[in-house]
Amino acid sequence: MPERLRWPSVGEVVSYALMALAVVIIGLPLLWMLLGSLKTNQEIYTLPPPWLPQTWRWENFVDAWNAAPFGRFYFNSIVTTLAGTGLELVNATMTAYAFAFLRFPKKEWVFVLLLAALMIPNQVTILPNYLTLSDVFGQSWINTYQGIVLPGAATAFGAFLLRQAFLGLPREVLDAAKVDGCGHLRLLWDIVIPLARPVLVTFGLISLVAKWNDYLWPLIVTNTQEMRTLTVGLTYLFDQEGNTNWGPVMAASLFVIVPLLVIFAWAQRHIIEGIAAGATKG
Amino acid sequence: MLSRASLSAREVEGAVEAPRQAARRRAFWRSEWFLFILFVAPNLLLFGVFSYWPMIANVQLSTVRWDMISPVRTFVGSANFVYLFNDVVFRMVLRNSLVFTAGAVGGSLLLGLATALLLNQKLRWRNGARAVLFAPTLLSGAAIGIVWVYIFDPRFGLLARIIGAVGINSPNWLTDPAWAMPAVIIVYVWKNVGFSTVIYLAGLQAIPKDLYEAARVDGAGVLWRFRSVTLPMLSPITFFLVITALLNSFQAFDIIKVMTEGGPVDATNTLIYYVYEQGFVAYNAGRAAAAALVLFVIMFGITLVQLRYAEERVHYA
Repeated sequence: MPERLRWPSVGEVVSYALMALAVVIIGLPLLWMLLGSLKTNQEIYTLPPPWLPQTWRWENFVDAWNAAPFGRFYFNSIVTTLAGTGLELVNATMTAYAFAFLRFPKKEWVFVLLLAALMIPNQVTILPNYLTLSDVFGQSWINTYQGIVLPGAATAFGAFLLRQAFLGLPREVLDAAKVDGCGHLRLLWDIVIPLARPVLVTFGLISLVAKWNDYLWPLIVTNTQEMRTLTVGLTYLFDQEGNTNWGPVMAASLFVIVPLLVIFAWAQRHIIEGIAAGATKG
Repeated sequence: MLSRASLSAREVEGAVEAPRQAARRRAFWRSEWFLFILFVAPNLLLFGVFSYWPMIANVQLSTVRWDMISPVRTFVGSANFVYLFNDVVFRMVLRNSLVFTAGAVGGSLLLGLATALLLNQKLRWRNGARAVLFAPTLLSGAAIGIVWVYIFDPRFGLLARIIGAVGINSPNWLTDPAWAMPAVIIVYVWKNVGFSTVIYLAGLQAIPKDLYEAARVDGAGVLWRFRSVTLPMLSPITFFLVITALLNSFQAFDIIKVMTEGGPVDATNTLIYYVYEQGFVAYNAGRAAAAALVLFVIMFGITLVQLRYAEERVHYA
């Protein structure tokens, strides 16, 4: 490749420098967190603070884990994230299938109902939802898993996204299945879901990330330590130890962040391209 | 459906009609209508309970004074709204929301476009750079907020370390009312710029190359090509990003809660934080509901604009 041998132009040098700058600006805070999680308090609180820890203090992670019941927080976050994502996926798939393939009189009116839901953000409904859940047929669902999960289990965005995808599936395949006497349930399960898998995965990942990171609602609806999710538990630890004990607090922040970074590293292309396609085509 | 009378009339015909009727009933249970209802019901039921009903309840709550505990809700009419719009703090909250939104949307869009133009060139490692830029958008705002409190620490933080090397003293980012708002905007933009980058990049790559060729043949320079081809072709995406960023930034809660709790002296108190604070810290249900309705009206307005123009292609807007 003779092209590789030529000198880079000024423009290219500037471009590479700017790209490096952008990567440093985004990456350095994350690196600072990682390095902070390995420093001793003495290193953190000297002036000027050193860039690198002298010896890596892994005990910060042990200290953080013992400072609050993080095992329990993990369990709560995993349960509510999986339940919430699963319910959203099921709801989105069934609603999308209904609107794409099933006949119903005045279907467009039902569609408007769904559209209206898109305009009501969760943040506006926190107070009434708290009151609703504090009295469910005489029972309180505050501080329960169903209380954390159910208000976020419906989805209009997912239904629209999947409906678009379902309508774009090859008609011949669907028609052929119908001619073979395939009922709607079989059609959905054996043909539509496998064919639309990439969109389902994208939506599932978007939903998963949102549930894992959710903060406002779990903060409000839980009131004992055993029911807190990771994000909420982390901020309670920060309220107690932040500013005085940065090492373990940074370690605990990594508890929350690392699972998503791992998923991202594994499905990076899929997530980015899925989101870009959703936005530019939609 | 058959009425009881016609049913008994037909019972005379007996043997022939009964199976047909049963078949018809079976046909309904297997029909598309029934399946449609079955498929749509769970989603709509949840929306009914957790989205539509709360809007009605919000309107009700906004007309009462209530501490969320006592059995009595005192009806006060429009007093909560009158209070809000005469309250110095709430006016400040509205102004803060505007400033935060303007900074957050403007910052993430401009920097997103700049980085997208950069990464749209044939550079090595550009996919890696794109991944790094996008990563923070997936991370917990609560955790990121905490990390940035450490970074903003005026003595031991990363920023103090960097600007200290040039001999500048760090401002008291989070305890100085003048610096707290810029600080939370910086964090919001840092966390969300990658989303705009990725979307703009996809948009840039979808612009047909011959448009640039045509402009070049017409003698258009780089800047002119950017103004006459790139920007107009990106306008639907810009529109999408503006709306998304507007809606998201009005709902930004975790960063603000963790970094400043709306302070110092309400300098970063925004609408969503105010709703939370009035409802779940001050136990002032009426005011919280009224503020939530204000937030809703603003966001509803934004969504209406989106729906109005979403279908039109806004190339030359």
